[in-house]
Order: sequence, then C-alpha cells, then structure tokens
Amino acid sequence: MGGLFSALGSFWSLLVHIFDPLCGPVGIFTWLAPSTILACGDTGWGDEIALGLQVTVSVAVVTLPIGLIIGFLVALGQQSEEKSLRLSAGVYTTIFRGLPELLTLFIIYYGMQILIQYLLDLAGYSGPPVEINAFFAGVIALSVVFSAYCSEVLLSAFRAIPKGQYEAGDALGLHRRRTLRLIVLPQLIRIALPGLTNLWMVLLKDTSYVSIISLADILRQTSVAVRVTKQPFFFYGIACCLYLVLAILSSFLLVYIDRWAKRSEVRR
Amino acid sequence: MSYAETLIPPQPAPRAVAKPMTATRLGGYILVAFWALLAALLIFTVINGWDPEKFTRYGPRYLHGLWVTLSIVALSVVFGAVLSLPLAMARLSNNRLLNWLAYCYIYFFRGTPLLAQLFLVYYGLGIFRPQLEAVGIWWFFRDAWYCGVFAMTINTAAYQAEILRGAIESVPHGQREAAAALGIHKAIAFRKIILPQALIVALRPYGNEIILLIKGSAVVAIITVLDLMGETRYAFSRTFDYQTYLWAAIFYLAIVEALRHLWNWIERRLTRHLKR
Repeated sequence: MGGLFSALGSFWSLLVHIFDPLCGPVGIFTWLAPSTILACGDTGWGDEIALGLQVTVSVAVVTLPIGLIIGFLVALGQQSEEKSLRLSAGVYTTIFRGLPELLTLFIIYYGMQILIQYLLDLAGYSGPPVEINAFFAGVIALSVVFSAYCSEVLLSAFRAIPKGQYEAGDALGLHRRRTLRLIVLPQLIRIALPGLTNLWMVLLKDTSYVSIISLADILRQTSVAVRVTKQPFFFYGIACCLYLVLAILSSFLLVYIDRWAKRSEVRR
Repeated sequence: MSYAETLIPPQPAPRAVAKPMTATRLGGYILVAFWALLAALLIFTVINGWDPEKFTRYGPRYLHGLWVTLSIVALSVVFGAVLSLPLAMARLSNNRLLNWLAYCYIYFFRGTPLLAQLFLVYYGLGIFRPQLEAVGIWWFFRDAWYCGVFAMTINTAAYQAEILRGAIESVPHGQREAAAALGIHKAIAFRKIILPQALIVALRPYGNEIILLIKGSAVVAIITVLDLMGETRYAFSRTFDYQTYLWAAIFYLAIVEALRHLWNWIERRLTRHLKR
C-alpha cells in the first residue's frame, strides 16, 4: 500500500513538474532566465517562486468548493421559513463580512491552536506544543470569508427566481429537493455567476494573506528572496505580475464558463 | 325571509396549533444555541481574564490604533476620490491612448493584492532612494504611515474610478441630449445634471468600497504601522493573551456595522424623491 502511494506521489510530482509554467520543461524561467537570479535550481529563485505559485493556486482551488458549499447552505438558511435558522445565518454573514480577512485568519489560526491544546490538555496529553497546519488554517479562514460573501450573492440570486418556478415544480409533482436541483439550481447558477466571478477574483487576491502565517505562497517566497538578495522592487514586481497573470487567466476561463452557463439564451 | 334573532356570542380564539418539531427547526435551534454559547464564552473569557493592569497599559494603545485606522482610511478615501475623477474621465474619453493607460492602471491595481502593492511601495521604492532624495520626497517614502496611506490611496482610486465610470455610464444618454437641446454648456451639464444622478447610483458601491478599505487597512500593520491591527499584534506578542484579538474583532465589527447602518440611512435620505 505504501509503495503504491509513494508511486502515485512521485507520478503526481512528475506531472506537476511537466506542467509547471515557470520551471517546467517549457517554463518561462527555464527558457528565458537560465543563468540569472530567477534561474531554476540552486543558483536562482525561480523554483522557489514556482513552488509559491503552486501553493497560492492550490489554496484558492481548495477554498473555492468548500466556500461555495458553506455559502449555499448559509443562503438556504437565510431564506428559510424557520426564524432561528435565519437568525443564525444572519449572525454568520454579519460577523465574517465585518471582520478584516487578516483578523479572521489570526483568530482561526491562533484560536484553533489554543482550542486543540486545551482539549488535549484535558485528555491528559503532555508532549510538545501543538502547531496546526498553516495551509489548513488558511483554507478554513478563507473559505469562511468566501462563504459569507457567497451566501449574499446566492441569496439575491434566489430572490431573483420567481415563485412560479417553485409552483411549477409542485404542479409537476416533483419533490422539493428535485425542484431545487432540476429547476432552481440551473437558473441560480446563471444569475449568480457574475457575482461569484467577482468573489473568485477577490479570493485570488486574499490568498496573499496566508503568507503572514508563514505559508510559503508567492508573496512569502518573494519576501524570502528579497531578504537574501536585497532586490525588493524586482521581486515584489514579479509577485504582482504573477497575481495579475492569474487574474487574466481566470478571467479568460470565466468567459468560457459564462458562455456555457448562458448557452440557453443564445440567439439561434 | 328569516333573519338572525340573536348575535352569536363571542367565541374564544381557536387554539394555536403547536408547530411540529421538524429537523430544520431542530437544526436552527442548535445553531442559535451554538452562537449563544460562543457569545457566552466570549463574555466569560473577557470577565475571567480581566486584568486592570493590562487594561491600563493596552487600552489607550487600542484607542490610538483605532484613531490611526480611521484617519488612514479617511485620508485614502478622500485622496482616492480626487485621483479617481481624472481616471474615470480618461476611461470615458474617446482618446485611445488615455483610455488604454487608465485601463492598465485600473487593471493592475484591481488585479493584484493590496499586500503586494504595499510591499512594492514600502520596500520596493527603497531601491530608488538616491533618485527620491534628489527630488526631495524621500521623507515621504521612508515612513511606513505615509507609505500605507499612499498604497491605499492608489489602490482605492482604481476601484473608485471604476465605480464612477459605471455610474456615469448608467445615466441615460437622453439626459445629455436634453441638456444640449437646452443650450447648456457641456461642463455645466456634467456638473449639474449628469453627476448628481450618477452619484446616487454610485452611493451604494461607494459605501461598500469604504467598508472594504476599512477591512483592507488591517494589512498596513504588516509594514509596522501601529493601527488597530498593529496594536493588537503588539499586545498579543507581549501577553500571548488570545483576548487581544477578540477585542480587535469587537472594534472592527462595531466600526463596520455602524458605517453600514449610517450608509443605509444616508441612502434612504438621499433617495427620498425616488420613492413611489
């Protein structure tokens, strides 16, 4: 079993290396900056920055589905007929839309550390102090913030769907859940997509905060490079460019998704 | 023909049907109980960990941090608004070059994180120290506070320009034509006809932008400005007391909620004439 996992792991790292846009076989730094400060390998900072890019992208990509699911549930709670559910969903969005992302990150990072330590102490644990994974804390904090905003977008999309759609579902004898899945959800995605697109762009930028709890993302790696090489303008400029490229690439991708979502509205 | 001889005596109201306990209801109660528990825990930690010595030492620092945060945000909102006007005009102009330049500026500052921009300004511009000293503005870029205000200003100018452009474009073209038909000069038509209508549309996005800026201003703590977040980090590094973060959370929540309600009130007040 262990052999299989290590084989899968090495295959995955090979795959990541081949498709690495910065330091892979067809990477930018490999071809354009082989013997400069950005070279890949031990002589330059190219591979460190490439690693940071991977971390940034994976934080954003892991956060997105978690945030969407929590946000959908919160939006359902906010438009539920049950008063207590509406209240608790409202408290959730008010708190996490009002707190700065950085503070949310700190509260979750240190709070979880203290909580786990406390629980372990209660269980009679006596070992080295607990340190929770920065990636894990970062993903949780970002998805909490993302879901709070996402629920507002989804809520307004829910409100844009006329009541007749639900009644039509009832008239066809569909179960409430099937109505939601078959009738409401496809329209919901179409209406909410512009708002969600904005949130994805915000999320991409918010991933930079994880560098502060020393997770090795783009900004962290460039900061390390700056500390060693004393070339802050160059390296932070590269970091900005990388974020910009991520934004441009995802806006291209989102145009396609938008076209796919609106395929029923195309004039034939 | 028959008619009622006596009035029906008043009947008691029908008995309220007890709502059945459904799964949704139970879930809602559990969630409310969870929030209540968290609130109780918060109050408990604050009362239990109350330390007058810490309060007298860090309380004034928190208030000072609050002042720094508010002043940074206010300055950058105002300067950003000033800077955003020419940017929006450039975006709306027919001049290709101007339009493209403004588009690049806005795309750059909206596409990159504020933290990276802050690092670029505070650490990055240090490279150009001889040049900046020659011009005589090195004192500005040497100071973290000025750098924070500067980075936030150029950041929010990009967002505000986009808000302003959208709002101006939302005013129907007929308004402009009507002004032209009345022989009103273009500049006056813009100031007295287009802008007031545009600003009403822009009101809500502006409020959101200010709230985002308040939240975003927490990052200036990273470049050693002692704003609310900076003071919090300072207090935490001295005491390792988790409460420091909770106090900061209370302060930020209070500011944002107060601003949100104030903004709702302003909007209701300014759009009275649009109500039907």
